[in-house]
Amino acid sequence: MAAIVGYGAYVPRYRIKVEEIARIWGKQAASISSGLYVFEKSVPGIDEDTATISVEAARRAVKHAKINPKEIGAIYVGSESHPYAVKPTATIVAEAIEATPELTAADYEFACKAGTAGMQNCIALVKSNMIKYGMAIGADVAQAAPGDALEYTAAAGGAAFIIGKEGIAEINDTISFTTDTPDFWRREGEPYPGHGERFTGEPAYFKHVMNAAKMLMEKLGTKPSDYDYAVFHQPNGKFPMRVAKKLGFEKKQIEDGLLCPIIGNTYSGSSMLGLAAVLDVAKAGSRIIVVSYGSGAGSDAFDITVTDKIEEYERQGIRKMLENKEYVDYATYMKLRREFE
Amino acid sequence: MGVARYWREIPARYNLIGKKCGVCGKVYFPPRIVCPKCRRKSIGKMEDYKLSGKGTVESFTVIRVPPPEFEGKSPYVMALIKMDEGCYLTGQIVDCSIDEVHIGMRVEACLRRIQEDGKRGAIYYGYKFRKAKE
Amino acid sequence: MREVAIIGIGMTKFGELWDKSFRELVAEAGIQAILDAGIEGEEIDALYLGGMSTGRFIGQEHVGPLAVEVAGLEDLHLPATRVEAACASGGVAMHQGFLAVASGMYDIVVVGGAEKMTDVVGGEATNILASAADREWESFFGVTFPGLYALMAKYHMHKYGTTQEQLAMVAVKNHYNGSMNPKAQFRRKISVEDVLKSPLVADPLHLLDCSPITDGAAAAILTPLDIAKKYTDKIVKIRASALACDTLSYHGRKRFDSLPAAVEAAKRAYKMAGIEPKDVDLAEVHDCFTIAEIIAIEDLGFVEKGKGGKATEEGLTALDGEIPVNTSGGLKAKGHPVGATGVAQINELVMQLRGEAGERQVKDATIGLAHNVGGSGGTAVIHILEAI
Repeated sequence: MAAIVGYGAYVPRYRIKVEEIARIWGKQAASISSGLYVFEKSVPGIDEDTATISVEAARRAVKHAKINPKEIGAIYVGSESHPYAVKPTATIVAEAIEATPELTAADYEFACKAGTAGMQNCIALVKSNMIKYGMAIGADVAQAAPGDALEYTAAAGGAAFIIGKEGIAEINDTISFTTDTPDFWRREGEPYPGHGERFTGEPAYFKHVMNAAKMLMEKLGTKPSDYDYAVFHQPNGKFPMRVAKKLGFEKKQIEDGLLCPIIGNTYSGSSMLGLAAVLDVAKAGSRIIVVSYGSGAGSDAFDITVTDKIEEYERQGIRKMLENKEYVDYATYMKLRREFE
Repeated sequence: MGVARYWREIPARYNLIGKKCGVCGKVYFPPRIVCPKCRRKSIGKMEDYKLSGKGTVESFTVIRVPPPEFEGKSPYVMALIKMDEGCYLTGQIVDCSIDEVHIGMRVEACLRRIQEDGKRGAIYYGYKFRKAKE
Repeated sequence: MREVAIIGIGMTKFGELWDKSFRELVAEAGIQAILDAGIEGEEIDALYLGGMSTGRFIGQEHVGPLAVEVAGLEDLHLPATRVEAACASGGVAMHQGFLAVASGMYDIVVVGGAEKMTDVVGGEATNILASAADREWESFFGVTFPGLYALMAKYHMHKYGTTQEQLAMVAVKNHYNGSMNPKAQFRRKISVEDVLKSPLVADPLHLLDCSPITDGAAAAILTPLDIAKKYTDKIVKIRASALACDTLSYHGRKRFDSLPAAVEAAKRAYKMAGIEPKDVDLAEVHDCFTIAEIIAIEDLGFVEKGKGGKATEEGLTALDGEIPVNTSGGLKAKGHPVGATGVAQINELVMQLRGEAGERQVKDATIGLAHNVGGSGGTAVIHILEAI
């Protein structure tokens, strides 16, 4: 068995509204917001990056899980905005939570699903008794070229999950669906990603998320109504709602985990923050399906059942954390993103 | 700045690990090599001691003309902070408006980027402070 | 221990001296002092030169021999030592010269101080000055030198009710004094309003609360008192030379409203001179920032702790006040070529005690005190001089 022992989430406190970005480029904010179902997005502080966000999430996870960080045997940080191209973010996290030196650590990259790929690895290491606890983090300070459609959603945030044998939520199973689909990329040395525009939809996001979800439910013999909560990767607010509908999930199953409309797409953090938000409110016995999506492309699907241990677990209150925010204008946004440096 | 100089301070810079005198019990941060009270008696008895990260602003200023490494980051608030363990340090206050900062404000440590060796060099992380939740 | 006197002084103009190199500045101040003392090169036994960061300002360390060379004294193979104590380098060089003469080791010693600060551009000077603070635990995190004094100012204001206007009055007074000093960098008078309207550098300190970036050099010639009579009848005696240190960092100190090293150096100096603060006729204090002068006059015992702002406002330290402070214009108006400052303070006191200060002459000045600080108070050096 493998279970979630603890989780921690972190989203920087700065926000920019879609209408502020639209104002700069002479676009109609209302149509963008309704088209994407995103109203504002998080912005990292000038001194924040994927490493500092990962550390915040990791420290919260350790604190709430009440474990000795020295017992963490593996740390994986999934991101597409690691501060270094070569030199791991994971070692910074390991040092900052005092998990060093007896552990393995590595950085993952698989667009927006690198964090859940890390979770799968931790599950495998725990199940095979190679480690007692593993930590998987998905975090990003997502890049978007000024003026690009991505600019309305590319956000900052991350979540950390500690995986062990027993915990607040058992991971019943996980499967993946993977193909070579170049819907979104960032070339080595380039500051901003490129994408296939509408190609990122049907043949990319929808195909992979739906196949992964169906495969998992087929394998376990479950149906959408068996789940109390569903979390699908959130590149915008619309896609997860549409994919839920197509798969036969109801709106109320995805509501609690849907953070994108108020924080944007936190890339590798996205589905993991969604899961964290669900664990904040779930009850013992609640069943959750989580399906991530990473461009390039692939989806990891997880079937999770919340245990009795959730009752004595001090939950973080992610939505409360999100209330502490400060809006910035576009020029400040560019300064915070260090675009002028 | 060479990377070794940064690297050797990582425990203190990331996790506020200072020193506690094994003789008199006084806690020091930044870490000290000898206890100025016990001096030779403290030699070999200065133990690692992790601060809680909580403290109080004793004085503060807004840096508007920054050193070259901090260009593009100003204005920012620097404060003299009394840690709950009784020692003092100098740190930046982040995540609140300048007007909010006041003497007596409770703060807690977080990890942030401090500076970097240009675009190609290493990134140096370390403690900064934000308004405490309590 | 022998009694020590100053028989000669020299100083360049202070300011942005674009056409003068470090070596020209050193030569000019040194030669002036030698001529003022009326000594021959062969009579000089040793040389001490204060310089804070020649290595970073002009990429030149090893400036002892450079000073010997520019004075044309290399054939004498003079022992020359460069002294470094940040902004107190000049004062500490004076202390070294004093010790060398007092001990009987040398009879005639040249003490110099020099800094060429404008050969670097932009924020580089700020960065070099920040190396006087604790690089690992202060500067690393982004606090600047004005930032450290701003922390002191805020602390003092919070604890004692010192006001921004009172800080500004220090600058106004020192600019007024500087207007009468031909060698001062700034000779224009300013108002409290000018100070408060100038841009903020590190709240609550405005640009006009800060001393400038300056080029300059100063020198003094020291001899045993009994030999001094041979050279001059305007003898100024060094009644005390005291040095004290503290932690390098501001946050490491026992007090934040005072520079404990300065308090201790003052205590030692008063004891050595056998005088009390009230016996001092005038003082040159280290006003690198306006708050520093307010804290200095408290630390020196001229006023009670916390009353420095009020005393300044009431004119205690004005040119016609009870204890005129920074008659030269201070670091604020005269300029602050860091390594030269401690020796420049001695220049001003000697001029005042000789009665040669012209327009800014303090009447019947007999005892003068110089207070020179390194960093945010890690080093403090105090000299008490007397006209005899």
